[in-house]
Amino acid sequence: MSASATRQRPAAANGVTPEQMETFLHQMMLIRRFEEKAGEMYTKGKIHGFLHLYTGQEACAVGSINVLEERDHIFTHYRDHGHALARGLDPNRVMAELYGKADGVSGGRGGSMHLYDVSKNFHGGYAIVAGHLPLAVGMALATEMRREDAVTMCIFGDGSVAEGEFHESLNLAALWKTPVVFFCENNLYGMGVPLKESLSANIATLAKAYKMPAATINGMDVIEVYREMKKAVAHARKGGGPYFIEAMTYRYRAHSMSDPELYRSKSEIAEYRKRDAIERLKKAMLDSGALDETRYRELEAQVEREVDEAVEFAERSPQPALSTLYDKVYVEAGQ
Amino acid sequence: MTEMRMRDALREALREELIRDDRVFLLGEDIGAYGGSYSVTKGLLEEFGEARVRDTPIAESGIVGVGVGAAMAGMRPMVELMTINFSFLAFDQIVNNAAKLHYMSNGQITIPIVIRMASGGGSQLGATHSHSLEGLYAHFPGLKVVCPSSPADGKGLLKQAFRDDNPVIFIEHTANYGLKGEVPEQEDFLIEFGKASILREGRDVTLIGYSGSVHQAVRAADLLAEQEEIDAEVIDLRTLRPLDMDTVIESVKKTNRAVVVEDDWRFGGFAGEIASQIMEKAFDWLDAPVARVCSKDVPMPYNRNLEFAALPSEEDVVEAVLAML
Ligand SMILES: Cc1ncc(C[n+]2csc(CCOP(=O)(O)OP(=O)(O)O)c2C)c(N)n1
Ligand SMILES: [Mg+2]
Repeated sequence: MSASATRQRPAAANGVTPEQMETFLHQMMLIRRFEEKAGEMYTKGKIHGFLHLYTGQEACAVGSINVLEERDHIFTHYRDHGHALARGLDPNRVMAELYGKADGVSGGRGGSMHLYDVSKNFHGGYAIVAGHLPLAVGMALATEMRREDAVTMCIFGDGSVAEGEFHESLNLAALWKTPVVFFCENNLYGMGVPLKESLSANIATLAKAYKMPAATINGMDVIEVYREMKKAVAHARKGGGPYFIEAMTYRYRAHSMSDPELYRSKSEIAEYRKRDAIERLKKAMLDSGALDETRYRELEAQVEREVDEAVEFAERSPQPALSTLYDKVYVEAGQ
Repeated sequence: MTEMRMRDALREALREELIRDDRVFLLGEDIGAYGGSYSVTKGLLEEFGEARVRDTPIAESGIVGVGVGAAMAGMRPMVELMTINFSFLAFDQIVNNAAKLHYMSNGQITIPIVIRMASGGGSQLGATHSHSLEGLYAHFPGLKVVCPSSPADGKGLLKQAFRDDNPVIFIEHTANYGLKGEVPEQEDFLIEFGKASILREGRDVTLIGYSGSVHQAVRAADLLAEQEEIDAEVIDLRTLRPLDMDTVIESVKKTNRAVVVEDDWRFGGFAGEIASQIMEKAFDWLDAPVARVCSKDVPMPYNRNLEFAALPSEEDVVEAVLAML
């Protein structure tokens, strides 16, 4: 093949500019630090309930969500902080939501698993495995019926694939050619069960069986995720119907804060940490001259400030007033 | 006024709403070419086309979820679930998504969806196909539950359901589809939710029903009048959420006795909710404990005699009234 004949400078060959790479790096670092901080605040008793950290999977959120336009829509599952931050939700208000405070993105009614910011077409974290897949198809059906130029992205874990709603949703999306990008973050486990013990199939092959294009990619390479997502969104946008991405990734932390991790070894985690997405991008940028150590340390300091500010904001934010308990159960007439 | 059957009144409502609002569209199994399993949507595919009258696969969770997602996008979908028995497969979408998203998102998301389903036993369809679950859905804050007993109410309430910004579970008793009644002709005939109707005024006892059981209550009132000279008041709740307890309480304060009639099981059922609210709000006016006439505590048998024995009848209502006098 003559691929080498057309090869350009590394940055251009990626289809990603140095500025974009820096954005990706910054966002991934922000998510990483935000999650570490959230874990810490949980241990200090500031955050309660279930808390699912995204550490290790940053390249999935950042590489994919940066492809979307403002008019596009996102649905995701409960491991949603990274997706929210990549979509540009205010870290202060995301942290405040984890704290259950009035200024949280969901007013303290949702918590970590239920982040919403409809002004950014971020339609939620969903805590019932695979329960949001049909909603994404419905959103895409609606935009399609109104001939809006919008794509709906639906993010979920490998654990969703064994659920009936996964199959119902893929079938409906393909049958009605709705502009959905299904984005499966395959981190090899659903809680403590390895995927190979819970699924008698290959995920991308299942998607292809519903007659949609499907690709399995390295979800720990933000550039690869970005490039595949570009293809997916272009396909859905031009009326080609749904597209399926299976991004192979790994979560470094426990499933949630209450998981003693009896089902996997420390050495396995160490092995995956060697393939770290942030380190990978950082090295590529240093090598190509898109980044130097000084700039990297600036970014580190910036992220530290952003996360500290988020914590301060959450601490300061008031508790929701008890008098609001019954608000928003129903849309009141005339609203 | 025009006389029409319940199924035709419901179809009129759907037709008028499809014409009035282009955000309205219908999803469901066999609602298109087949015309709906109870013929409610007959002819709508021909009139409105397959984009707005959409035949779906047999995938209850998927299609209710798609409806919820489309409602989130600002459409006004109606999903028909052939019968309430299949709504179990969509339970997660109804309870965890439709009923919760407005609250959990602090009001950012609204779900203006109408989910219609046929309910009730009495057709010898056996235990899996004979549920009455109005009270079950009424259990969940965030849902509205509507259950008409007459063609006029069917039309007025269904049109109202499309105007409501909340998820509405619209439940139709299979025994009512063929029922004839006068339906007002005016263009925008709407019936407000949360307004019970008094079908028959009386002094001696209040009979409370909804959907199918209203008709047992009315027939029982006739029998009581003819045979016992007992003057029963009959209340049709029409919507279980919102629930019009004011009308019930006012009536009980007049009659001092109440019988709740429903097709659902008695144990843990909606009749218990009514009885308990009457006790809380009108204890001093009661001359007897509130009685409940409900289905017997068994899965619905297929055999005709057994099924009739399991369902509440007008004779059961008469008996309950006589026992409290
Ligand atoms: C319907 C349902 N069943 C079970 C659970 C409990 N649960 C929460 S997360 C989870 C694992 C899901 O794994 P996966 O989809 O791979 O996502 P990951 O946590 O790996 O990101 C389970 C079983 C649930 N929330 N919903
Ligand atoms: Mg997983």
